[in-house]
Parts: sequence; structure tokens; C-alpha cells
Amino acid sequence: MYVDPPDSATLLSIYRKMVQIKLNDDRIIAMMKAGKLQMPYYSARGQECIPAAISVLLTHADYLVTIYRGIHDMLAKGVPAKLIWAELAGRSTGACKGKGGPMHVTHPESGCMVTTGVVGAGMPIGCGLALAAQLRGESRVTMTNFGDGASNIGAFHESLNLASVWKLPVIFVCQNNRYAEHTSLAKGTSIERISDRARSYNIPGIHVDGNDPVAVYHAAKVAIGRARSGGGPTLIEAMTFRFNGHLIGDPGEYIPKAEYAAAVSADPYPKYREWLSSQGHASAAQLDAVEAEEAAALEAAVKFAFDSPLTDASEIKRDVFADAAA
Amino acid sequence: MSEQINTIQALNWALDDAMAADTNVVLFGEELADGEGGGVMKVTAGLSTKYGARVRSTPISEMGFTGAAVGAAVAGLRPVIEIMLMNFVAVCMDQITNHAAKLRFMSGGQTHVPMVIRTMTGSGFQTAGQHSDFLEAWFCHTPGIKVVMPSNPADAYGLLRASIDDEDPVLFIEHFPSYWNPGEAPKRGVSIPLGKARRVQAGSDVTLIGYSRSMLDIPVVAKKLEAAGVSCEIIDLRTVSPLDMETILTSVKKTGRAVVVHEAVRSFGVGAEISARIHESLFRELKAPVERVASQDCPVPFAKQLETAFLYSHADIEAAVRRTLA
Ligand SMILES: Cc1ncc(C[n+]2csc(CCOP(=O)(O)OP(=O)(O)O)c2C)c(N)n1
Ligand SMILES: [Mg+2]
Repeated sequence: MYVDPPDSATLLSIYRKMVQIKLNDDRIIAMMKAGKLQMPYYSARGQECIPAAISVLLTHADYLVTIYRGIHDMLAKGVPAKLIWAELAGRSTGACKGKGGPMHVTHPESGCMVTTGVVGAGMPIGCGLALAAQLRGESRVTMTNFGDGASNIGAFHESLNLASVWKLPVIFVCQNNRYAEHTSLAKGTSIERISDRARSYNIPGIHVDGNDPVAVYHAAKVAIGRARSGGGPTLIEAMTFRFNGHLIGDPGEYIPKAEYAAAVSADPYPKYREWLSSQGHASAAQLDAVEAEEAAALEAAVKFAFDSPLTDASEIKRDVFADAAA
Repeated sequence: MSEQINTIQALNWALDDAMAADTNVVLFGEELADGEGGGVMKVTAGLSTKYGARVRSTPISEMGFTGAAVGAAVAGLRPVIEIMLMNFVAVCMDQITNHAAKLRFMSGGQTHVPMVIRTMTGSGFQTAGQHSDFLEAWFCHTPGIKVVMPSNPADAYGLLRASIDDEDPVLFIEHFPSYWNPGEAPKRGVSIPLGKARRVQAGSDVTLIGYSRSMLDIPVVAKKLEAAGVSCEIIDLRTVSPLDMETILTSVKKTGRAVVVHEAVRSFGVGAEISARIHESLFRELKAPVERVASQDCPVPFAKQLETAFLYSHADIEAAVRRTLA
């Protein structure tokens, strides 16, 4: 683990994003339990180091397409937390004014272009965003994220083929948390490594430990470099686990106890923190400061959301079509 | 006599002129480029030679390339894609109804999807149940997408130009059995606004409402009725969704009678919606219930005599008019 790490500043940026994601996730769940938020919530706790490590290689100009389990991806990409919180709380200041919700947060300013609740559907859309960049001669890349289960839907296969044939600057990031709802990888997927599916489409497939931010960083660096230089798409499979079940309320009975215990003991978050300080990349005081800053930022985001007015019902008449807007 | 062209030529002109006017217009679909024949019906002939990479033949991946059009449109291009035959929209419904039609609303107006989906259909060539259906009602039932259905070459040109310029997704349904029928040539560069029906002929006894294929039949029957002393007003909807209720209601208010004619099957169709809306607005002024003339509620059959029995006949239209007069 942690082989050939980048500079300490980069490592600390990754850590900061992981902290931000974890704190937001914990708080969302707490607010749901307190009855302050009502929504279906697909927690990504356990998966945070994947987007954290990838996004330090991206700018706002790069595009992101993500899924219902995507708040970690959005935060890492730079969607302001206050806009996400206001969205979850159904406020007029929400990223989508409360009309999209947790499964559809969108924020083009930070490159978060489409978030879909339909398994696999983001991949063709990611191809199109990448096509636009290619046709315009732009250097931006498109990251399109999805789960292991999504590699069994037609959209995945059509997209990898199309991206390969057209050499699109797109990176397909499979966050393999070993379950699709209640179906294990072995039961639903014909192949052990999803990254091997890349070979059928004549594109590189990289299999990486998604609990190792350094490994994810290197895999992403190669893929992003290839996409930016016209070398076409890459499939990255990052192995991970989701600690809070498919969605909040899922008791997770289908997960063998030993498997769950092993996954939780491999939690990337405390491990990475320990490694950062033991290797001298950051002092304990620095890490404490990052955590305190992120906690304060979260408080401000939550306050912003709940201080904002609820979206007025008249909003349902707007933005069905362009000309419907007042 | 003025210059005559057919619908294939008119569509080709519209695409050519739109591409010349706006470099954001891109075309893709199966066999569209000249290397693959310029489209199965040659609608896109010559365009890839003229516009290069902006016109692309795709793999047989309707879900993939329709989704790519959604992504490209979100990124600011104006994709015009071709689904070779209307029945094949069934394999990319998710991208059309869950994504193209909804992203503007679900993103709170931050993104929108200015794409056109061209497709063609119609019975008469014995292509049976999976190559002939009119499925416009599926899309009219989806808020966020417009449905345009021209009936002649000049309208095909003007409506396609307006569809490409529209800020929202448009499903553009072409009647392919009449592709080769000559008609008055369009004025190049002139769009026909969406959402506006055309009063084709003024009359006083009954309003005949049609679009696409039924506009080939309605004038023939109207002429016969005219000779028998029945004065028919004819309306070509041109845009089926959103409906131009103003034009419809103005006419029916005057005549007190209405007959809606379409090739799509009868039940739960566009005719039912128009009938309901007329009854809701003009119940007391109607001299007879609104009549619907449509195809039988069965899959389009193969054998010629069955295919003929599936579609409405001119006698059916005449009988419906006579029922309103009885
Ligand atoms: C097309 C489609 N089918 C079914 C569902 C219901 N569903 C939501 S998430 C999910 C499991 C997806 O698993 P995976 O791709 O591994 O992603 P994860 O949830 O594990 O992140 C299913 C079946 C859906 N949203 N879309
Ligand atoms: Mg999964």
C-alpha cells in the first residue's frame, strides 16, 4: 500500500477531501435519524478515498457524471457542500432548487454535469460530454462513475465500445463495493475482475485497491493523461466496500458477518490518517486542523441550508421547457 | 408551378443549412456518413463529405448514441440523431424519457438538452409489427420533450430547422412511406415555429384534425364530402406536443364538430387527448361528440389484406364525419 506517494501537499489534499466526505455522510445520516431530512440515501461511507484521490488531478473544467450513490463524488469534485445540503433539505437555494434531490445533484460550475438514478445510464452521457470536448478540441476529460452492478447493463457495454471506436476522452470509474443492492458480485457478474471487460473493447482496464488513495491516484493519473492526450478511454475498477448497506435502513442481512467485519477493519480513512502522520507527511496538529476546518465548514453548510426558504410549490411549473420559465 | 421537391431532399436541406449556420450542430446515427451510404434513406447524403467529423456513423447502439447525444447537448452542442425506425426507440427510452426530457427540470434549470431525435415510421410496406408503429403518444405523455410530425416537404424543412434551434429536446417523427411524394419546395432559411398548427382549409360544418400520414387522407375525403355539400375545415397539427389548442378550439367553436384522424392505434392516443380537451372546453357548444379515426388496437400485421384492415380507411373518415352530422 501507499507505493510511490506524490508530494505531501497532494496527500494532504486527498485527506482533506476524505474528511469532508466522511463528516458530511455522518451528518446526513444523523439528520435523517433526527427526522430533519427525509429522503432515500445511498451512503458512500467506505468509498471516499476513490473520488478524493482522483479529483486532485481534475479541475472544474473537467466533467463528472455520477450516480445516486454520488455525494462523495460531488464533494470531491468541488460542488459546494451548502448547495448539496440545501438541495437535500428541499430549499430554493439548493443546487437544483430541491427538484433533483440526492440522486440528481447537478452543478455545472464545478463540472458536475449529470447525476442519474438509473443504473448504467450515466455512461452513454459521459461519452457525449467527452465527444463534445473532442469535437471542440478541448483538453478536458470526463469521469463517469458507477458501481459493480452497473457493469452488467447494456449501457456499460455500448459505452465502452462507443468510447473505444471514437477514442473519447472519458474515464470509466467502477467503484466495486462488491454488492449491487442485495446481489453479490459472484452471483450477478460473470467475471471476477470487471476491469478485464475492458479487453473486449480494446481499451486499457486497471484494477486497483480502492482503499489505497495512492494507488487510485496513480491509476487515475495514467488514465487522465491518456484521455487528455488523445489516447482514448480507460476503465478503472477500484475495489471498495460500502459500510452502510445499499441505502439507509438496509440491515445488510445478505452480507456474511466475516466479510463485513473484514471490510470495516480495512476502513481506508483511519488507516490513511495514521500513515500520513507516521510517515511525516503531516503532523498530528495539521491533521487535527484539517478536521476542525472541515467540521466548521460543514456546520456553515448545514446552517445555510436550514436558514434558506423552502422551495415554493410554483417551482413545479418552471423548467419543464425553456419557455415555461417566467 | 412552383419548384417541387420530396421530403428526403427537404430534410437534407434542413440539416445542411442548420450545419452551415451553427457549428454546434452535429449528426450521428447508424449509416449516416457517406462511407456507409449517407443514411438508409439518403437523408444525410453528402453531409459527412461536407462537414467531416460533425457527421458520424455509429455502432448499432441506440442507447449508447442517444445517451451520447444527451451528454453532448448538456455540453452545449446541438446533436441531431437518427433512430433508423421508430420502433427502435424502445431500446433507448431511458435516455429519452428519463434523461433528455427531464434534466432541465431536475437540475433546476442549470442544464438543458437541445437535441433532436429524428425517426421515421409508417405502415404500408408490409414491414409488420416491429418496423411500422406510430408511438408518438408515448412521448406526448412525457413532460419535457416536444413531438413534431410534419406531413409534407416544406413543413419538414421549416419544422426541422425550428426543432434544431429549440432549447429543449424534440422528437421529430417522419412518415417514411411518403418520403418520395413531391411537394412545394420550402423557402430555405425559414423556420416554422413549433407548437403552431396550420389551418389548411377553411370550412364551416366540421373540423378535421390530423398530422403526418393522415394529412394525406383528410383532404381527399374532405373533397368528396365537399361535393356532397359538407364544408370541412382542415387543421394540420404539425407539432403534436405541445398541442396548439388555440387553433383547434377556435375552429371547433365555429364548426361545432370535430374528427381527429391518426395512424397510431386508437386507445390512449393523441385523438383521445384532443377529444378530451375539446369536450372540457366546448361541451355546451358541440353539436356532436368528437370522433376519433385511428388504427385498430393490435400490432401492425404483415399480410397486405391484414395491414389494410389495420389502418383506417377513407370510408372510416367519411363515416365519422357523417356521424357528427347525423
Ligand atoms: C436500470 C435500473 N435497474 C434497477 C435499479 C434499482 N437499483 C438501484 S441501485 C441498484 C444496484 C446497483 O448496484 P451497483 O451498480 O453495484 O452500485 P452501488 O449501488 O453498489 O453503488 C439497483 C438494482 C435502477 N436504479 N436502475
Ligand atoms: Mg455495488
